Amino acid sequence: MAKAFTNLMNDRAAAEREKAGASGSPDAGGEGQIVRRMKVETRKLNFFYGPSQALFDISVQIPEKSVTALIGPSGCGKSTFLRTLNRMNDIVEGARHTGEILLEGINIDGPEIDVVALRKRVGMVFQKSTPFPKSIFENVAFGPRLTGVSDRRELEEIVSTCLKRAALWEEVKNRLTDSAMALSGGQQQRLCIARALATNPDVLLMDEPASALDPASTSRIEDLIFELKENYTIIIVTHNMQQAARVSDMTAFFYQGHLVEMGQTQQLFTKPREKHTEDYITGRFG
Amino acid sequence: MISPADMNPPTSTVVNNELRQALTRKSAVRPAEVAFSFLCKSAAWSSLGILCVLVGSVMWKSWGYLDWQFLTSFDSQRPELAGIWAGLLGTTWMIFLTFLTAIPIGVGAAVYLEEYARDVWFVRFIRINLSNLAGVPSIVYGILGLTVFVRMFDLFAREAIVARLTGHIVEAVVILGVEIPLPLGTTLAAGALTMSLLILPVIIVATQEALRAIPPSLRHASLALGATRWQTVRYQVIPAAVPGIMTGIILSISRVIGETAPLIVVGAVGFARFAPGKIGSLSDLAHHPGGLLEAPFGKYTVMPVQIFNWVGQARQEFQGVAAAGILVLLGLLMLMNGVAIIIRNRYQKKLRW
Amino acid sequence: MVESLVNSPDTSETPPPVLKLHRQFSLARLRESIVEWGMFLCSSLSILVTAAILFVLLIETVIPFGGVKPFFGHVSLWEFFTETRWTPTFSDKHFGVLPLVCGTMLVALIGALVGLPLGILSAIYLSEYARPKTRSIIKPILEILSGMPTVVYGYFALIFVTPYIVQPLFHSFLGWEVDSTNALSAGIVMGIMIMPMVCSLSEDAIRAVPRSLREAGYALGSTKYDVSLKVVVPAALSGIVAAFLLAMARAIGETMLVAIAAGNNPKLTINPLKSIQTMTTFIVNTSKGDTPSGTIEYQSLYAVALCLFVITFTMNVISHAVMRRFREVYH
Repeated sequence: MAKAFTNLMNDRAAAEREKAGASGSPDAGGEGQIVRRMKVETRKLNFFYGPSQALFDISVQIPEKSVTALIGPSGCGKSTFLRTLNRMNDIVEGARHTGEILLEGINIDGPEIDVVALRKRVGMVFQKSTPFPKSIFENVAFGPRLTGVSDRRELEEIVSTCLKRAALWEEVKNRLTDSAMALSGGQQQRLCIARALATNPDVLLMDEPASALDPASTSRIEDLIFELKENYTIIIVTHNMQQAARVSDMTAFFYQGHLVEMGQTQQLFTKPREKHTEDYITGRFG
Repeated sequence: MISPADMNPPTSTVVNNELRQALTRKSAVRPAEVAFSFLCKSAAWSSLGILCVLVGSVMWKSWGYLDWQFLTSFDSQRPELAGIWAGLLGTTWMIFLTFLTAIPIGVGAAVYLEEYARDVWFVRFIRINLSNLAGVPSIVYGILGLTVFVRMFDLFAREAIVARLTGHIVEAVVILGVEIPLPLGTTLAAGALTMSLLILPVIIVATQEALRAIPPSLRHASLALGATRWQTVRYQVIPAAVPGIMTGIILSISRVIGETAPLIVVGAVGFARFAPGKIGSLSDLAHHPGGLLEAPFGKYTVMPVQIFNWVGQARQEFQGVAAAGILVLLGLLMLMNGVAIIIRNRYQKKLRW
Repeated sequence: MVESLVNSPDTSETPPPVLKLHRQFSLARLRESIVEWGMFLCSSLSILVTAAILFVLLIETVIPFGGVKPFFGHVSLWEFFTETRWTPTFSDKHFGVLPLVCGTMLVALIGALVGLPLGILSAIYLSEYARPKTRSIIKPILEILSGMPTVVYGYFALIFVTPYIVQPLFHSFLGWEVDSTNALSAGIVMGIMIMPMVCSLSEDAIRAVPRSLREAGYALGSTKYDVSLKVVVPAALSGIVAAFLLAMARAIGETMLVAIAAGNNPKLTINPLKSIQTMTTFIVNTSKGDTPSGTIEYQSLYAVALCLFVITFTMNVISHAVMRRFREVYH
């Protein structure tokens, strides 16, 4: 199983490289020459916390194997939007929504959808690093264990693969049994990314993953995001516009629960179509 | 901006004597104020005085009675031979059996209320009911245990429902070779069941608090990895909450150790010259291991009931025996609290959120 | 407004992997719901316990069960509450609960007179005056006192308070007759017993008073005395009242202390130096002897227990309602 898992990952990466090579431009930010499937899509998504509406008619299409940044002032609904994509909002009492959320064309709201299976496919990394109070190994092994992997060898393989992918392996390979709480903030966050990778998702949601980190750790995380997009569809909420500009292919600007503008990052930052967007990215408010 | 130099010099040099006087005058100390703060202080410190007098008087009374012989002997009609061994064994059994039933149910209930329950009227009702149950006098639990466990509503009595339905009088059932009397009668099991109902609210509330101390981010992280609710609770939340739950449980052990009235009502024996299941020593255990299974269905005593019995004796010497018993009881309580504190401190260092 | 930059349909060479998101029946899913139901039943047990208490108390007193005439079928409510003698075990039986209620209230009131001022003053001291170090000494002492088994308090009242405080004061000094078990000693020690509870509940209430209120008081030039007595305590009053009610309920339901120190003599008196009997003492002493079920002596246990339950439960409910109201004000 672990073999299959690693192979799958490598295959995916290879296919991706091939495709990128064939189309002649590895730059995903180019003018739309790369043809990609839509991974995540929402149609007319409205979201409510009890009586108050948090999102209004959000329709987006997010292509696979790209990085999409969600920006906007705090309270604009970008985190809420992110959390609807793996139905983490289910656990908030009084939360409900209308409209459709599609993962590869499948409506993830249907009564026949298993939310647990969904969350294994759509991983999530939180703003505050949330290592479990266990060893580094057990943190990463938690997801595979849930799916019934119990063979020590397989687990070891998965753990090392994921830690390597999260660029943490070299730092922790000799102390996998140490408590994860002893890691530094940046390491903890990369551990959380490794942990999310271990359930073999294809979409990764990141809710301000670097906002609590120092600049050096932040840049490591950003590098990591850049590497990960070879294999994963990444959606990242960020406060930091430079960060959005650095890591993302596409950017969506949220304001007061509305999606104001979405487009290629380069275009959105240089030639925004909307006045609001321009005001925000030039720092006139927010 | 006005710099200090721009300010009008003459006004600042004129000392406002009236103001200076007002600010420097020691306001008159009101006697009521002094008296009040003294009252508050002495009320708070009186607790220390009371504790000292209480423990001191018990120690003084116990002089000459608390010795090794007292700890290891059964009760006796002669004060110098009386001992608390039966009570110690009974209390140990009581703690064990009470928690055997109370911990799974209490923790389960708390986990449901904290991790699963939605805010619906039924759940609110359970919460309110819990806080009211905690205030029900323990003796009422005794009456409950007397009816439900000791007598079992007299269902098994002559000419009662069971006898009429089955055609003969049922006195016991045998499960796995252990004879369980029906109704339970004044057995250790009946006492322990009564006691577990009594401490259930305590355990539930303590566990709820321990669970509430676990940050939601831990649950979210686990759920986001595709863990189900139960997997999240089982593998993340409960392990993280174990120190808190343990502390709560050990503190409720103190309650079990000291609780007396309901056990008297459900028939704990005051004067006992026997050990539960006839296991009074390690060699008894070696000769008669089956006693471990018989003990819950036999008669018993516990320390505070023994103490109550001694206090009620006519001979003055028994007051000293009672005092010795109290010291043993207090020693056991101190031990439990010490363990609770150690667990709390140890895990607090390990786990930082 | 939203424009997707990639609008070509799916043209990638590899067919999309099949998403398996559908719910399937599985043992794991079954286990999930069994666990949830099991835990739901655990928490419902608390309601079952309350119901069982009521049921048990009512079948022996009000509802005829198994063909046995209940207690109030033999004794009228009128007799129960107006008769002044309580002699269920004598051949000349009288079932007037008043002496027991009166004895209970006498001890509880003395307890409140001692415990309430002690507890509230300590709470004010701990929250307004005491330094953290002092708090860290006094709090554990209060915890020890509140965890003390009540047999110990009873013993203390019997062998220390009565012979060394009450008797010297009232008998040797004033010349009044003092019984060796009496309501006064039991009441004083009851006050000591409820003091930690009053203190910690009042302290919670006092601490819930927002700092802004205190600061407003100090800003007006008030002293600590003024602020604590005229600002903080009035603001925390309903919390303190709730604490008082809970403590009274505890005192009324307390058994071992009064069984040891207050006596076993159901007598309608307000003389605290006399030996009396409380409701709880009656229950614990009567059930100790093996009273056969079905007899009126046995049923009288339940009648008294019902009376006790109703009194304490009412006080608890009121106190929790007051406390909830109080919390709503400040949260």
